[in-house]
Amino acid sequence: MRVQGKGLIDRSRPIGFRFDGHRYEGFVGDTLASALLANDVKLVGRSFKYHRPRGIYSAGSEEPNALVTVGRGAGAEPNIRATVQELYSGLEARAQNAWPSVGFDLMAINDLAAPFLGAGFYYKTFMWPKAFWEKLYEPVIRHAAGLGALSGQANPDKYDRGFLFCDLLIIGAGPTGLMAALAAGRAGVDVILADEDCRMGGRLLAETKEIDGKPGFVWVDEVLAELDSLPNVRRMVRTTVTGAYDSGMFGALERVMHHTAQRDGGAPLETFWRIATKGAVLAAGALERSIAFRNNDRPGVMQAGAVRAYLNRWGVSPGKTMTVFANNDGAHQTARDLLDAGVHVAAVIDSRPDAPDIEGVQMIKGGLVKAASGGKQLEAISVIHNGTTEQIATDCLAVSGGWNPTVHLTCHLNGRPQWSEDIASFVPKMGAVPGMIAAGSCNGEMSTAQCLADGVKAVECALGITVKVDVPAAEDDPYRMRPLWAVPGKGRAWLDFQNDVSVKDITQAATENFSSVEHMKRYTTQGMATDQGKNSNMQALALLADATGRGIPETGTTTFRPPYSPVALAALGAGAQGKGFAPERKTTSHVFSEKMGAPMIAVGLWYRPSYFPKAGEKTWRESCDREVGYIRHSVGICDVSTLGKIDIQGPDAAALLDFVYTNMFSTLKVGRVRYGLMLREDGFVMDDGTTARLSDTHFVMTTTTAAAGDVMRHLEFVTQCLRPDWDVRFTSVTEQWAQFAVAGPESRALLNGILDAPIDAESVPFMACGPVSIGGVKGRLFRISFSGEHAYEIAVPSRFGESLFETLVARADAMEGGAYGMEALNVARVEKGFITHSEISGRVTAFDLGMERMLSAKKDCIGKTLSWRAGLTDPDRERMMGFKAVGAAKMLTAGAHLYPEDQDAHRVHDQGHITSVAWSPDLERYVALGMVRGGSARLGERLRMVDGVRGIETHVEVVDPVQFDPEGGRVRG
Amino acid sequence: MRIQCPICGSRDRREFYYKGDALALKRPAPDAGAEAWDDYVYLRDNPAGWHSELWQHEAGCGAWLVVERNITSHEIRKVTLAEDAT
Repeated sequence: MRVQGKGLIDRSRPIGFRFDGHRYEGFVGDTLASALLANDVKLVGRSFKYHRPRGIYSAGSEEPNALVTVGRGAGAEPNIRATVQELYSGLEARAQNAWPSVGFDLMAINDLAAPFLGAGFYYKTFMWPKAFWEKLYEPVIRHAAGLGALSGQANPDKYDRGFLFCDLLIIGAGPTGLMAALAAGRAGVDVILADEDCRMGGRLLAETKEIDGKPGFVWVDEVLAELDSLPNVRRMVRTTVTGAYDSGMFGALERVMHHTAQRDGGAPLETFWRIATKGAVLAAGALERSIAFRNNDRPGVMQAGAVRAYLNRWGVSPGKTMTVFANNDGAHQTARDLLDAGVHVAAVIDSRPDAPDIEGVQMIKGGLVKAASGGKQLEAISVIHNGTTEQIATDCLAVSGGWNPTVHLTCHLNGRPQWSEDIASFVPKMGAVPGMIAAGSCNGEMSTAQCLADGVKAVECALGITVKVDVPAAEDDPYRMRPLWAVPGKGRAWLDFQNDVSVKDITQAATENFSSVEHMKRYTTQGMATDQGKNSNMQALALLADATGRGIPETGTTTFRPPYSPVALAALGAGAQGKGFAPERKTTSHVFSEKMGAPMIAVGLWYRPSYFPKAGEKTWRESCDREVGYIRHSVGICDVSTLGKIDIQGPDAAALLDFVYTNMFSTLKVGRVRYGLMLREDGFVMDDGTTARLSDTHFVMTTTTAAAGDVMRHLEFVTQCLRPDWDVRFTSVTEQWAQFAVAGPESRALLNGILDAPIDAESVPFMACGPVSIGGVKGRLFRISFSGEHAYEIAVPSRFGESLFETLVARADAMEGGAYGMEALNVARVEKGFITHSEISGRVTAFDLGMERMLSAKKDCIGKTLSWRAGLTDPDRERMMGFKAVGAAKMLTAGAHLYPEDQDAHRVHDQGHITSVAWSPDLERYVALGMVRGGSARLGERLRMVDGVRGIETHVEVVDPVQFDPEGGRVRG
Repeated sequence: MRIQCPICGSRDRREFYYKGDALALKRPAPDAGAEAWDDYVYLRDNPAGWHSELWQHEAGCGAWLVVERNITSHEIRKVTLAEDAT
C-alpha cells in the first residue's frame, strides 16, 4: 500500500501498466516491484523446482524471486527482475514458471513430492533404466522446472557495443562512489561513474539518515549537479559494471531503453561497454543477508533494508501489519521508519538478548522466528521466546541477518576474499584486481560517515594524489551484529529461493561428503541460479562450515565469476549478428553476376558466382558443362579478383621471394610469371600461387583466396622477425585490382578486340606479363592459366572492374563463349590436376604433391630443412594421383576412401582418399584427384572406392593427375 | 587485456594476432641438425609465469612484437618491436 508523504516518486504523474493481464496504476519513479507492492500484489511467481509461491524479496538487482517476462511477441524478454524494471506507461509483465496461472499452479504438486527431490535427486532417483533418462525423466523434469522462456522468434531488438576510456572508473554511486567522484572530478581527471540503478545515490535514497544536515537524497542531488557541471566526469546510470578483466579493462552493461516502451527507435535496447581505465574505485556497497527459518520463502518475508527502500524511496509499505526479525541494530531502523510513517509494527524480534529497545514497539529480545505460515502469502509468524511459542499475525516480515560486502568484482582475476571476524563476512583482498581499490561498505565500512571518508581515501590511493574535499557529517553508528544463519527446528528452512535449496540440503551434502564448498554448490545447486546466490551463499557456507566442523575461513567461498548480474548474449554479441558475424566481400562483377542469375557462393568472406544459368537449363550441371565448353572450345570469362594480391617492392624483394617460396624467383626475368609453392617451417605446404616480376625490384604475388591473410602475415613475420635487415616493403592490393581470367582458344582474339595495342604469341608468350592499355585505362596482362588452356588474366584498377567484366562477357558471348563460375573453373583444374586447398589440406608436403623438384637445392627457404625429414619423404606416404572409375558405378565422390580390391572397407586397410571430383564433359566421365599410399608407384592399379556417408561404392584406377591434355600443348596455344 | 604497441600505443588485445613463443625469432641454420630444428619448430617450455611471446598488431600497424607476459596474471612488463629484438 502507498504511504502518504513518503517516497521520491512523482505522484502527479500516474502510469498505467499490466501484470498477468490485470490493469494497475503506479507513478513515475516506480519500479515494477514497488508498483506491484503499492497495489498489494504479493504473489509474483513460482520457484524453479517446487513451484512454491514467490513474492518480492529485495529492492535491487540481487532479487531472487520476482522474475517476470516483460513485453509480448518476438521481443518479449523473460527473467527480468521486477525490482530493477522501471515502470513505464503501457508496460506489460507476466509471471513465469506457473501453469495454468501463478495463483493456481498445478506444478506445485512438486512441493508435495519434495522428500524425493532433495539435493542430488537427479543423480540418485532417475538412474535406471538408462534409456529413460533421455526419453522420459529429463523432458519431464525440464518441463516442470524452469524460468521464463524466449519467444523462439528472431530477436527484433537492437543491441550495441562500444569502448570507453578514462583515468578512473568508479563503480557504484552510493555515498562512497559519489564522494569518490566528487574528489576525483574536482582533481580534474577523466572519471566515469557507473551505477546499475536508474537514479544515483544508492542506499542514500532508501534511508532517512541525514548528510550535512540535509536529507540524503538532497545531498545526492547537489553532488550530482556539481558532477554534471564538470566536463571531465561522465555519469552512466542503468549501467552495471559486470566484470573486471586484465590490464584495467572492465565490462559494463548499459540498459539503454528498458525503461521505455520504445523498441524500434534509433537507440539500442542495451549497450555492452568495454571500459579501459588507469584506475578504479569499487564502491559496490553491501547486500543484506537473511536468516533461514521454516517457510521463510513465503511472499511477505523480505529484506529489512528493502522494506526501508520501498517505504523511503517509493512511498510503499509492503504490508499493513509489519514485523521485523534481526540480529543487528541497523535493522531496527526499519521499525522506526515504519512507525514514523504511521505504519503498524506488531513486533520486533531480535535474536540478541541484549538488543537495544525501540520506543513504541513490542521488542522480543533473544527471540527467534521459528516459522512463517500462510498459503500464497504470509499471514503469521511463530516466535519462540524464553521457551514459549507465540503466534503473531503479520503480512510482512522484514528480516536482516547482517550485511555482506559486495566483493564480487575483486574476485574476477582469481582473488579470494578474506574473512573478517569483525563483521562476520568476507571482505576484499587488497590488490586482488591491480589498480582497483575497494572502498566503503564493499570494503567492510558499515557507517555512512565511514563510507564518505573512504571514498575520498580510495581516490587518493588509486590516483596517488592528495585531494582536498570536505567530508560532510553523517551517521556514524557502530555496526552491532551477532551472526545467526538459521533458526534450528523442524521443516524446510530456505536459503536459495530461486533454486529451492534448504538448510537440510546443505547438511545432507555434508553428510554425503560433498563437503568442499564447490562440491556442495554443485550437489545442491546452491547459488547456481540467475541471482548467483547473492542473498544466500554466505549462510550456506556458514552452515556447511558448521556441519563439517570447520571454520568459515577454512571452508572458503565458491568462485565469483563475471558477470555480476545477468547479461543478454545479444548484448555481448552485439554487432556480430548476421552479417556482422560474417561481413560480405563482393567483387566488382557481383551486381552483373547476380543480374545474370548466378547463384553466389561464399568463399571465405567473398562471394563468387557458382555458375550462370541459361534459359532451358534444369540443373547446375547443364550450366557447368556448357561453361567448361567455353574454356575448352571458345572463350570463357571468370572473375579471379578474390585471389590475394601482394605488391612487393625493394632491392631485396627477390631475396624475400626466394626465401618464402621453395623455388627460385631471383632468376625470374622481368616481364615473366612463375608458379611458386610456399611451405610452413615444419615442411608442409602452406599455399601456392603465381608471382609476376614487373621490374627488377617490383613483384606482384598472388595467393589463394583462402590463405591471403595468412600469407600476408607470414611475409610480415619473415621480414620483421627473421630478416629485418632486408630492404623490402609490401602491401596487399587485393581490393585495388579487379582481375579476370580470359580462358580458351579464342582468348587472344577476344583480347585483341579490346586492347589498345594487339598482342601475339611472340609479344606475350606463355607465362609472360606486362602493362597493357584498354581504352586508355592502364592495366596489367598475365598469360597464366588455371585451366590448361591458352589463357590470360587481365587486371585493371577496381573502379574499372565492372565495366571491363561486362565488356569481356559481351565479347565472349559474341564468340559463342561467355562467363563461367566456380563450378566450371573447378572442372577445368581437376581435369588438369591443379591443386587447391582441397589437396593442400595442411597435411601434405611438396613430395606428396609430386612437386619435390620444386625445392631448389641452391638456396634455403622456409620449410626446406624439415621437409626432408625421413617421415616426410617415405615413398609409402599418401601422395597425390588422379583417379577414374572402372567399376559398374561411374560416380566418384570427394571424401570417399580407397581400399585394396580384395579387402574390407576398414580403416586398417585404408589406402587414401579422394580429394576433388568433377564431371569432365570432354572426357565424358568423372575425373578425380586424391591421395593414395605410394603415389605414382600405384599407377594403373585398381582400388575399391567406398563413400560410407553417401553409400556409394565403385572401383577406380589410379591414373596420372593430369587427365586432360597430358602433353600440355593447349596452354601454349 | 591490452597491449602497448610501441608504434600505436595501448590497444585492445582483439587487434592482435598471437603466434607463440618468441623462440620463433631464433631460426637455426639449415645445417644445424635435427635436434636444433626440432627445438625450433616443436619444443616449447611452458612455465607458469613469464613468457616471451610473439604477437602481431594485425588490425593496426602490422608490427610484430615481442611481448613479455605473465601467463598466470596476464601482466605485461615489456613490449618491443620484433625487428629490434633480432
